[in-house]
Amino acid sequence: MDIVVLVKQVPDTESLVQIAGDGVSIKKDDIKWIMNPYDELAVEEALRIKEAKGGTVTVLSVGAPKAQETIRTALAMGADKGLLVNDPQAEGGDALATARVLAAAIKKLPFDLIIAGQRAVDEDNYQVGAAVAEFLGIPHIALVNKVELLDGRIRCQRAVEGGAVVVEAPLPALFTTQRGLNEPRYASLPGIMKAKKKPLEVKTVVELGVDPARVGAAGRKVVVKALRLPPERKAVHMIPGDTPEAVATELVRVLHEEARLI
Amino acid sequence: MSQGVVAITEQRDGRFRKVSYEVVSEGRRMADGLGCPLTAVIIGSGVDALAAQVKAYGPDTVVVLDAPELEDYRTDAYTNVLAGWLPTADPAVILTGATAQGKDLAARLAARLDAGLAMDCTAVALQGGVLTCTRPMFGGKIFAEIQIQGSPQIIAVRPNVMRITESPKESAVEKPAPQLGEIRTAVVAKMMETGSKVELTEADVIVSGGRGTGGKFAPIEDLAAALNGAVGASRSAVDEGWRKHGDQVGQTGKVVSPALYVACGISGAIQHLAGMSTSKVIVAINKDPEAPIFSKADYGAVGDIFQILPAVTAAVKKLKG
Repeated sequence: MDIVVLVKQVPDTESLVQIAGDGVSIKKDDIKWIMNPYDELAVEEALRIKEAKGGTVTVLSVGAPKAQETIRTALAMGADKGLLVNDPQAEGGDALATARVLAAAIKKLPFDLIIAGQRAVDEDNYQVGAAVAEFLGIPHIALVNKVELLDGRIRCQRAVEGGAVVVEAPLPALFTTQRGLNEPRYASLPGIMKAKKKPLEVKTVVELGVDPARVGAAGRKVVVKALRLPPERKAVHMIPGDTPEAVATELVRVLHEEARLI
Repeated sequence: MSQGVVAITEQRDGRFRKVSYEVVSEGRRMADGLGCPLTAVIIGSGVDALAAQVKAYGPDTVVVLDAPELEDYRTDAYTNVLAGWLPTADPAVILTGATAQGKDLAARLAARLDAGLAMDCTAVALQGGVLTCTRPMFGGKIFAEIQIQGSPQIIAVRPNVMRITESPKESAVEKPAPQLGEIRTAVVAKMMETGSKVELTEADVIVSGGRGTGGKFAPIEDLAAALNGAVGASRSAVDEGWRKHGDQVGQTGKVVSPALYVACGISGAIQHLAGMSTSKVIVAINKDPEAPIFSKADYGAVGDIFQILPAVTAAVKKLKG
């Protein structure tokens, strides 16, 4: 079973995000960068499948040279090799443009299964996994919290509002992760040492045979005109009261009379 | 008909989900602004009866794509029938709800059509014939204003945000034969929760609990029931195993926009605040007056949630008689 895992380096979810001077991007300095939490689930699931069935796990990312850190983290967890597409021409793409680069890279690799995060928690597009599968002409199943491999097929439990559905697809296929799928392992110290010697290739868009006009900033269909911070709320109105009953009565009164919500 | 707005509805087991009315209402406003027709699309099996219901929200045409193979949502089947039918409509804009189904369908369809997609939008503005979509990123820490180049434009709107407006019309109903194409996936089981439990992303009221509950969610469930709302949880409450993953609100969980969000015993970690910041009114109840949650709340109460919540529930019940 040859598995490709798509990963992205994103700002830590505990970090404050600030708008850069150009007004359309975020300040990238002084941010702690992490592997997208949904991609950690993807790496972990790939490793579990490999441990059960054998095969290889290749970790793939598109990004700045710094994104090699995230690939190394996946290698330290136990993945076999990494591939980073690092190319100024691939930078600044929207989800479709990025998916086009990823699909082109995957076409040059052996694969039975592709695992991706349901979304990256930076741009929250929920789009790349599905688009990669479409460009590769394979089925995908999104928001998966349980996986079973059958003979030549994959059976995935998919989380939907109010429950779950179980979907089967023939391999090769792609699925995206939902929390609850697994608990990602931490990289062990020996794992970190071993990861330093594992192969991590860096490629350009041209090497992948992709038309530069269709990727990166040039290939964008979704154009960011402005970023802004969420609207500030008015200062909090603290509810007075000497007893829990008095607080409760006043809270329900303001929600009923002022906010008109009850 | 050409270059109109197409609104894709969502039904499950023959019943519309609320987001369908939001999408068609928003589609009506958009079509009026652009001066073009609105088509509402219903996909499913044996869903003819839904056409009459959607007319209340003013589509010019209702298109029903009906086949036994479309009974349950499957990405490939639904993408195929839409991609097969859409060229006859030649829409400028395709609207859908950003639900689990809508997000998945929009993503695959965008790649199939090579169309730009604005995912999970909380507002769409029209000026000089150009649509500008507002969408939260970084789980709501930043709002982006974006425009889509090319045609069609696909816009997925966040559930519970767009205003539902009735504007009944004698819409024409069309039933073209669905082009199913190759379907490789199969739904082999469905495990849906029974009962009338309100879904988090559709709830008008959410009562959420965090570490401060110590795992005791009964007073939170009682208040949610009294308000006909849903129960949410912070990441730490989910990590402790007190609530299931589907209940988690935050940047790594569900992003919600209820009219009323009541945060109980939740300190207000930045990733939690991100997931509920688009709520219309936020109430925080916490024993720590310095908790960051109060900086994002409209109303705050300092005290023991196990004393205040039962009193609030009693007061709500008294008010509602």
